Amino acid sequence: MPSIVAPWMVKRELVARSEAETDPDFGHKPEERPYPDLVKFGVVNVDKPPGPSSHEVAAWVRRILNLKQTGHGGTLEA
Amino acid sequence: MTGVLPVALEDATKVVQALLGAGKEYVCVMKIHSEMPESRVKEVLGEFQGKIYQRPPARASVKRRVRTRKIYYLDVLEIDGRNALFKIGCEAGTYIRKLCHDVGEVLGCGAHMQELRRTRAGPFTEAEKSVTLHDVLYLHDRWQEAGDENLLRRFVLPMETALGLLPRIYVRDSAVDALCHGAHLTAPGVTSLDTGIGSRSMVAVFTLKGEAVTLGRAAASTEEILKMNHGIVARNERVLMPRGTYPKLWRSRQQPETKVRFSFSSFVKD
Repeated sequence: MPSIVAPWMVKRELVARSEAETDPDFGHKPEERPYPDLVKFGVVNVDKPPGPSSHEVAAWVRRILNLKQTGHGGTLEA
Repeated sequence: MTGVLPVALEDATKVVQALLGAGKEYVCVMKIHSEMPESRVKEVLGEFQGKIYQRPPARASVKRRVRTRKIYYLDVLEIDGRNALFKIGCEAGTYIRKLCHDVGEVLGCGAHMQELRRTRAGPFTEAEKSVTLHDVLYLHDRWQEAGDENLLRRFVLPMETALGLLPRIYVRDSAVDALCHGAHLTAPGVTSLDTGIGSRSMVAVFTLKGEAVTLGRAAASTEEILKMNHGIVARNERVLMPRGTYPKLWRSRQQPETKVRFSFSSFVKD
């Protein structure tokens, strides 16, 4: 049996150090970010088709969404 | 090769750093070069769990020296004649094509990778909000026509998703802008944190609203941080939030009372 635990199996728990409140006037909850920040600080979980390279897929997403920059997390190549 | 490929947009490209080093999961079809008893194939594949040694293939973007990689699990799903289907959870930088080749060497008859699909990259899986390029094109077009932001939210996930596997540290509003200017995180700013942080662990620093502020390197463990009253808790490695998102609530170091000014004339004798 593998003795090493996959990072996605690790269970973590939050522990409090001190109490504090956040000012609703600044920032947004990530899931409530308004456009264009929603895109500017966004990630797309693409199901890569066979054929094009990871780099090309990232470039297509950039073109479709009319962006200046995209980057992919981990090349998925032959 | 197909499967999970997280694409970060604009300012979020900074989070790919956290994804490149993250573990991956693949489903792979391996072709064995001659008939082998099923039990033998299972046995050999089983040996490739835990720590393995691997020499990167000739066409690799890294130096070709033998290195160790962790294989978290390797589950054989089906063996049909010379084809073996398995699911593998592995450390970043594991070459599956090479692994198949090496399995063939151990079997003695040779084997190669026939097909590969990535089912996980760090916190991203194919089951959760995975979209095809067609979906991206279609939903983006519909959003441009209808203007409903929720159409974008159907496929654009917050960059925080990419940090899902990192231990978290939450900080108070007053600490945020200093961090955005590159300051290291000190103990008074911390409101809560995850268990299991070790000194030197990579950590993600969040606001109380859950927005990512920085990526950092912990300078102390969870237990130590809980007891600390002052001092650096995490060194800043990457700022993710733009400056000025939160108000500047920190004081600059006091300027000296009288500035010493040199001028050319002061050196010239009358």
